[in-house]
Amino acid sequence: MTVLIDKNSKIIIQGFTGKMGTFHADEMIKYGSNVVGGVTPGKGGSKHLNLPVFNTVKDAVSETGADASILFVPPAFAADSAMEAADAGIKTCVAIVDGIPSHDMIRIKRYMRRYTKSSKMTLVGPNCAGIISPGKSMLGIMPGHIYKEGRIGIISRSGTLGYEAAQQLKNLNIGVSTSVGIGGDPINGSSFRDIIEKFETDDETDAILMIGEIGGPQEVAAGEFAKENMKKPVIAYIAGLTAPKGRVMGHAGAIVSAYGESAIEKVEILKECGITISKNPSVMGDTVKSVLEKM
Amino acid sequence: MDIHEYQAKKILSDFGVTIPRGGIVYSPENAENKAREIGGSRWVVKAQIHSGARGKAGGIIVCDSPLEVAQATDKLLGKKLVTNQTGPEGKIVNRIYIEEATDIERELYLGLVFDRSSESIMVVASTEGGMSVEEISKEKPETIIRSKIEVAVGMQSFQARELAFGLGIEPDLIRRASETIIGCYKAFSELDATMVEVNPLVISKQKQILALDCKMSFDNNAMFRRNQVSELRDKTQEDSKEVFASDRGLNYVSLDGNIGNIINGAGLAMASMDMIKLAGGSPANFLDVGGGATPEKIVKAFKLVTMDEKVKVILVNIFAGINRCDWVAEGIVEALKKIEVNVPLVIRLAGTNVEKGNQILKESKINYIEANTLEDAANKAVAALNK
Repeated sequence: MTVLIDKNSKIIIQGFTGKMGTFHADEMIKYGSNVVGGVTPGKGGSKHLNLPVFNTVKDAVSETGADASILFVPPAFAADSAMEAADAGIKTCVAIVDGIPSHDMIRIKRYMRRYTKSSKMTLVGPNCAGIISPGKSMLGIMPGHIYKEGRIGIISRSGTLGYEAAQQLKNLNIGVSTSVGIGGDPINGSSFRDIIEKFETDDETDAILMIGEIGGPQEVAAGEFAKENMKKPVIAYIAGLTAPKGRVMGHAGAIVSAYGESAIEKVEILKECGITISKNPSVMGDTVKSVLEKM
Repeated sequence: MDIHEYQAKKILSDFGVTIPRGGIVYSPENAENKAREIGGSRWVVKAQIHSGARGKAGGIIVCDSPLEVAQATDKLLGKKLVTNQTGPEGKIVNRIYIEEATDIERELYLGLVFDRSSESIMVVASTEGGMSVEEISKEKPETIIRSKIEVAVGMQSFQARELAFGLGIEPDLIRRASETIIGCYKAFSELDATMVEVNPLVISKQKQILALDCKMSFDNNAMFRRNQVSELRDKTQEDSKEVFASDRGLNYVSLDGNIGNIINGAGLAMASMDMIKLAGGSPANFLDVGGGATPEKIVKAFKLVTMDEKVKVILVNIFAGINRCDWVAEGIVEALKKIEVNVPLVIRLAGTNVEKGNQILKESKINYIEANTLEDAANKAVAALNK
């Protein structure tokens, strides 16, 4: 298995006919992702990029059997689109969009409580780069060619820092099983903990690189989960050692407002959880390599 | 986005919370008249800046006559007030709020925030009003009571009642206290706030429950649907470079160091700052030009960073994905035709078409130092500083 997507994932694009949707749908198709169509309300029945356009996600799912979707809709409509995907039976949905209000994110997550664990959609993002399983499928906006196929799982709040990690690994001839960008917002669809749990049971992943940053409780929650439940090694880097307290550092969620949310505090807590720390962002690859050599 | 105390109080009063009578003024004459209009015999003159702890900084003055109110207003208007939250540069006082003085019997604390762990709205209350919430949690943690509110159904009366009883409020006032707490909750949830803090919430000797001071912050991502709130923005309270940046779609935070940064992506920007620190330098700013790093954004970024007189070296670190390095390099070359850079410039490109990008930079004859890795870039920036 692979985490969240594989070669057979049938992908639809929500906000298909817009500029962003068109551009990235094309990139995904070129990478080899199995894009089967898209949704733009009011344009159902037409063709775009030689693929069918549907009015609703339900129509798209029943006609194409789609099980994955990616959202390129403006922030004001993103919550609605994510809930529509969940209700139509999509299994994995990536929200790329930056700028969804936090109240809307809470609303999406409460809405999804109506589904049982087995029928609940996994929402990744918002404000993220998406998911890639190198050589299999890309459900995101990353440059696919920087990812080498391999057995390291990457989880990152930041997009470009995730790319940096993938490139460092590639330069060391280390590949990636799946890379998941969980996004930089204060409240997101999937947390570090949610994704490392999936990597733990993934037979294509040997070790996990977690790239966190200041703000919020997620890295610590993942560390505590790893300490209790994981056999696979976890390596982490936390960005923002120099970030001042109480200031938002680009990502809406990157703000230190409580104990345990600064980079230094997170590093200390993660160390106590048995996680190997990459001391700085230029040695993320080297740190993964040294852990692999000890395995 | 933050707003002023008087604006936050107006919002609370619209949601049924009682506030002392008061008004905003912009001149001493104005202030004197306002004091007479409010009536009574004691007034509080309050400097309006985006910061707490104004009292300790001399920004809140109690007066016994309208003349004193005018004098206090004169003293504060146009001054820079430095509190423990503003940083050493302080914040300018352009507006004064005149309020009737309240006879305080008890001071309580009431705060509402997003709780990122439970993904709900958390109400925090304490009997120790007047202290900051950090002080309360350090010195009197046993007085703190919390209530988690399910956003989908909103705050229930019993939850507000439990908080009110928990604060030891006398039975006759429980109903009014509950209405006050629910009013604060509604302001938070209906206006896309991220923080509402009433400190102190007081019980007056006349047995009124009043919001004596209030701070509110709002979700920038929701301002598209909150015109009335976004109109309350006061740019004089923000760093001028940060205002310049936000008007141009850049994420910028002004810092104390001297290495200016132009980076794509918030995480990479924080990581680059960390590397500068490890190399022995200090960043002058955080600047994320966005994952795409379009030529337009790069021009704006250079303009912004060169505005900062502290900057002695500029470090550009772009990881190009879909936007290829050759395209980014062309953007940098274009930017440098429009903007004069008189300090050493270190450029690190990585990602798609990196060789082509570096070649364009080399052939352009711009004066710069090429770097290959994050570490190399930080080391070269710090070295350029010491030359």
